[in-house]
Amino acid sequence: MVRRPSPRAYVAQWVFLAGLVVVGGLLIVNLGANLARRNMHFGFGFLTNKAGFDIPFHLLEWTTFDIYAKALLVSLLNTLLVSAMSIVSATLLGLLVGIMRLSVNWLVRNLALAFIEFVRNTPQLVQIIFWYFAVLQTLPPPRQSIVLPGGFLLNIRGLYVPDVVMQAHAALLPWLAGLLLVATPFAWRLKIRERRLGALALILPVIALLLVNLGIAQVTVPALKGFNIAGGVQVPPELVALWAGLTIYATAFIAEIVRSSIEAVPKGQHEAARSLGLRPARVLFLIILPQALRIMVPQLTSQYLNLIKSSTLGTAIAYPEIFQIFAGTVMNQSGKEVEIIIIVMAVFLTINLLFSAFMNWYNQRVALVER
Amino acid sequence: MKGILARVITCSALAAAMLGFVSTGWAADVKSETLDAIKKRDQLICGVDTGIPGFAFQDSAGKWQGLDIAYCRAIAAAVLGDPEKVKYVGTTAKVRFSVLQSGEIDVLIRDSTHTLSRNTDLGLATGAINFFTGQAFMVKKSLNVAHVKELDGATICLITGTTLELNIADYGRANNIKINTLLFDKPEEAFAAAEAGRCDGYTDDGGSVAAARSTMKTPGDWVILPELISREFLGSYCRQGDERWSILVKWVHYAMLEAETLGITQANIDEIKASATNPEVRGFLGLENDYGKFLGVDNDWAYRIIKAVGNYGENYDKYFGPLELPRGWNKLYKDGGLQYPLSWR
Repeated sequence: MVRRPSPRAYVAQWVFLAGLVVVGGLLIVNLGANLARRNMHFGFGFLTNKAGFDIPFHLLEWTTFDIYAKALLVSLLNTLLVSAMSIVSATLLGLLVGIMRLSVNWLVRNLALAFIEFVRNTPQLVQIIFWYFAVLQTLPPPRQSIVLPGGFLLNIRGLYVPDVVMQAHAALLPWLAGLLLVATPFAWRLKIRERRLGALALILPVIALLLVNLGIAQVTVPALKGFNIAGGVQVPPELVALWAGLTIYATAFIAEIVRSSIEAVPKGQHEAARSLGLRPARVLFLIILPQALRIMVPQLTSQYLNLIKSSTLGTAIAYPEIFQIFAGTVMNQSGKEVEIIIIVMAVFLTINLLFSAFMNWYNQRVALVER
Repeated sequence: MKGILARVITCSALAAAMLGFVSTGWAADVKSETLDAIKKRDQLICGVDTGIPGFAFQDSAGKWQGLDIAYCRAIAAAVLGDPEKVKYVGTTAKVRFSVLQSGEIDVLIRDSTHTLSRNTDLGLATGAINFFTGQAFMVKKSLNVAHVKELDGATICLITGTTLELNIADYGRANNIKINTLLFDKPEEAFAAAEAGRCDGYTDDGGSVAAARSTMKTPGDWVILPELISREFLGSYCRQGDERWSILVKWVHYAMLEAETLGITQANIDEIKASATNPEVRGFLGLENDYGKFLGVDNDWAYRIIKAVGNYGENYDKYFGPLELPRGWNKLYKDGGLQYPLSWR
């Protein structure tokens, strides 16, 4: 029998909800009154105003004629870029360090422990600034660039990569090629007449390469011109430093998650696998890690969410992410503090909710199926 | 006869009482929410820069120094009678106006440019302009650059949340060149990045660039380009809606200029006050007229300001002399500069 809540409980819940609505309404009215008292007006019309400033690093085309809304998009992409890069690298490194923590080798085990304790117990902002100046101090000025094979140049202004310019009619080719690359692993597992396609799928990346090659109009190789390197695509040291700072910090936490999850797998699993004669590496990858994964995922999710939020620390080292450009320059020039903070919070909330929805879906997939 | 005398005495007493009533009425007329709040808490809360030589910085003893700080002290001396009764709130370029609007500080004296949109859209009242300058560039001497126009393709470090970003973009467009920018939250990181060679130079208003150069490892390696690409007239801001308070802030500035015009300094003010015969000087020092009362403070206010911090020129020499920044536009009007006090009438 399902127990029904009493009428009193219903009333209490509705009263509580009504109270929340009233408090929320009062806050909004109060905000409006305070803004009006300071001769400020609430509204999002400013988003279509001309920005007029430069964004040093952008994935999309950006000119000073663009509007604030585009500045939001450009800086958001920068935030997403560094977050995605850091999540991938922190996961791989964290897995490595976490496994090292459980090594039978004393040196390896304690090196990992020392790394984790050192990184976990110093402030992240300090680490990021440290990485930034460590990067800057080691790299040479533009005129003494380190020349790497393939036309790459490395100096204090960043890593310069040759830029590929596509022919006008071939602009869509790189996208097509990208699609083919994404499709490759799926094609690998595709079954035709009960037989896996397997290595035959490797033909797809080859086609992609050929396609791109056909469409290239010219390749601009970076070279010194005036003060700076001209031509090519620049990967700024700010991005590298922020990437390193976020990665290393998250690595320490992820390593601990990995270690604890592995230790949570019943010992009998390990022993049974060993007694079947599996070698240690196969035990780890075939028996232990798949089981540890389902313990890890929920904890990893919150670690990833933390990392995405921490990307705003890039503002200290001149990385043009959303907090610096939109909640910094745009806020100062438009004076729309309340609106901008609302937008930035909404953006982070959306990113994190989407991400955690994805992780929950993944968690359900790897979770133990109970019948 | 006796009756007449009595009547005269009564009448004059009555008139005196009425006058007294009226004059106390004048003082009570100065209604200012901010001024009342300061008097009640017996402390001025002054928003200043987080640390820039010349304008606002902490010395080795942790005491705040600088031109902007001198203004905070001067206002405290005028209102509360003690220049030490100030609480300094260091604000970054990014948050300074929000801090002022939300009422956390009484006045913002933070090398901030007076602009149209800040005066209107941001709802801020302008105080006084205490530093006339423009946006200047400092570059490495080894680059052999003599003019801002030659900076095409260069990368310049600067502080975010300022008018500087727009100036650079506009200048680049007008001259058909591209100057790359790198935006930092605080000066320390920007200086360090410039020092490390991440950017070719640093830009800010003229006073701050001179300050930046003084913090470099070898200031001699850096040269400040002679061209200024914008007007940056820096001064204090108050909240709108409390006009009497912004008027007082403005006249504290004029008092420091008037003292310089009259040749009154921190050192000689007592001597001058003791033997003052010049009506201008007597009016300024509160020996005649009720100028102080009109402003909502007492008549000794100007005396206390100069006694506490000195006149404008003294402060300029004290804080910008060591940075080797010539006074230029900040000379008095009678010496060909832009700084002038309004008439003490």
